[in-house]
Amino acid sequence: MKLITGNDLKTGAVTWWTGDGWSIHIEDAADAGDEAEAIATREEAARRVNVPYVIEAEAGPDGAPRPAHIKERVRALGPTVRVDLTLKPDDPTAAQKVI
Amino acid sequence: MYAYDQYDQAMVDARVAEFRDQCERRLAGKLSEDQFKPLRLMNGLYLQLHAYMLRVAIPYGTLNGGQMRVLADIAEKYDRGYGHFTTRQNIQYNWIKLEDAADILADLAKVEMHAIQTSGNCIRNISSDHFAGAAADEVADPRPYAELLRQWSSFHPEFSYLPRKFKICVIASENDRAAMRLHDIGIRIVERDGELGAQFYVGGGMGRTPMIAPLIRDFVPLDQLVTYSEACLRVYNRYGRRDNKYKARIKILVHELGAEEYTRQVEEEFAHLLDQGVEPPLAELERIKGYFRDPDMPDAGQEADRSDPDFAVWLDHNTHAHKMPGYVSAIVSLKPVGGIPGDATAAQMRVLADLAERYSFDELRIMHTQNVVLPHVRKADLYALWQALNEAGMGTPNADLMGDIIACPGLDYCSLANARSIPIAQRISQRFAANGKEAALGELKLKISGCINACGHHHAGHIGILGVDRKGTENYQLLLGGSEAEDTSLAKITGPGFDELGIVDAVETAADVYLRERTEGERFLDTYRRIGMAPFKEALYD
Repeated sequence: MKLITGNDLKTGAVTWWTGDGWSIHIEDAADAGDEAEAIATREEAARRVNVPYVIEAEAGPDGAPRPAHIKERVRALGPTVRVDLTLKPDDPTAAQKVI
Repeated sequence: MYAYDQYDQAMVDARVAEFRDQCERRLAGKLSEDQFKPLRLMNGLYLQLHAYMLRVAIPYGTLNGGQMRVLADIAEKYDRGYGHFTTRQNIQYNWIKLEDAADILADLAKVEMHAIQTSGNCIRNISSDHFAGAAADEVADPRPYAELLRQWSSFHPEFSYLPRKFKICVIASENDRAAMRLHDIGIRIVERDGELGAQFYVGGGMGRTPMIAPLIRDFVPLDQLVTYSEACLRVYNRYGRRDNKYKARIKILVHELGAEEYTRQVEEEFAHLLDQGVEPPLAELERIKGYFRDPDMPDAGQEADRSDPDFAVWLDHNTHAHKMPGYVSAIVSLKPVGGIPGDATAAQMRVLADLAERYSFDELRIMHTQNVVLPHVRKADLYALWQALNEAGMGTPNADLMGDIIACPGLDYCSLANARSIPIAQRISQRFAANGKEAALGELKLKISGCINACGHHHAGHIGILGVDRKGTENYQLLLGGSEAEDTSLAKITGPGFDELGIVDAVETAADVYLRERTEGERFLDTYRRIGMAPFKEALYD
């Protein structure tokens, strides 16, 4: 599947295209399929998100999208060395799932 | 410490106002990211993996308690309660919002700080010896010269768009504690026949093509320091490559021209510049020197009481000889066992500010090794200082030992990284704390970078680790034999890389080879230089 990601203009937070907007949770990300590049270009022009780009992903064990590259998996979670700063501060196994 | 005059303050305030306007236009959608990016980078604002990152300059690593307290306030008010001290003696905040950026710069300006020229292809923050002004072995305090160069290089119109970024280091001791020869220009203040002058080393650096800077001028009179620097920059600005960013640093130009030809061109330019009025009047240098006078340090006369054995260990590892009797410089470790190298919480920064005011004449230094120095501490105060540091989690007695690891932010924070650095540092630190070998190993400088850009100085580690991306998986190369001290050398790769657990075992294997092979008084680096790579490779790969 193809996901679109970027960083929110105001906060810099990692953000994912949901099909009709943006979410900081990768679980909300939509498969943009063949339209991905066109959507990214359109959203960049709208200047809400910094430099949106398309990445490859697959469905993970829990059904949520799992980016193919480790860099995007770290982006989706937060720093693996500070679980308290991630989007899943209550899940002590979250960092291991990224690797 | 240097204090801003009206011109310094006006320039910094004007830059804050200008950047506030630029941020507002970006947030209103009037600027695209392509238009805004060079503007934010000129103010130290990067976009990293998880958020905007702000890099704040700490000139030659020197700051006072009030400034440290503002750094703590920023961490708490605008970030997530901590900051990261870097190998360039700066501080970075990892969770900045664009809408707060101008307010942060305004807060910094109130205490004479900024983020100007902490990014971009310009002359960056000038680094120096973290013991400057305190060390017993220096011929002069190098900081007035660093400050003079800071003023010359700030907003220098000719050098705002160099082929690539440019890093200058100034030291004044035979002992190099600042990786001087691994800078674009390394300047060593020396004394010859009773006169001070500057040695110029040009064309060093780490990154993907590490090089040790050759000496191009043995003695530049200090009343020609700025003019000679300008000549070095002019030749680079004219002939440095702009067609390939990987070949754009001055080290490539010096290497391709040859040091002799580069020097000839610099000397020609220097001769041309000498009567052009580039050099500031000597009165300006004297004015600057006035800010760096030694504090009044009466001989306290009292040695530290070593009866507490834990304190004695800290004393042996974390203090450095001072030029004044009865004083030392104290090294505050930001490397607790299993911690994140260089990170400090807002609470810890406030403790450092308090301790600087109470015990070190209101001075602090940031080390390129990501630790902090209290430069002027009475020996009689050391026990109380150590107790306070311990209470705040900053009393680990590991300066220059295995646990004192330099590590870049790596893939946990950095958008350029290929692999994580911090977890490797944490595991190695925990391994050597558990196996009890750290003390036996003695001085051993371990440095980890998460990519070829080498922010973690892996080329210069007695043991270096470089994280690479191997088909989407983190892989770690092991290097041996580097040094960033006065015996500068570049580390060599041992062979095939290791996975994230294997690299920790590999470091222990290399350490065990050293323990087996060393002779009396040899450091790890000395043993490696004597026996070579072969015994290490045999242990690692056979």
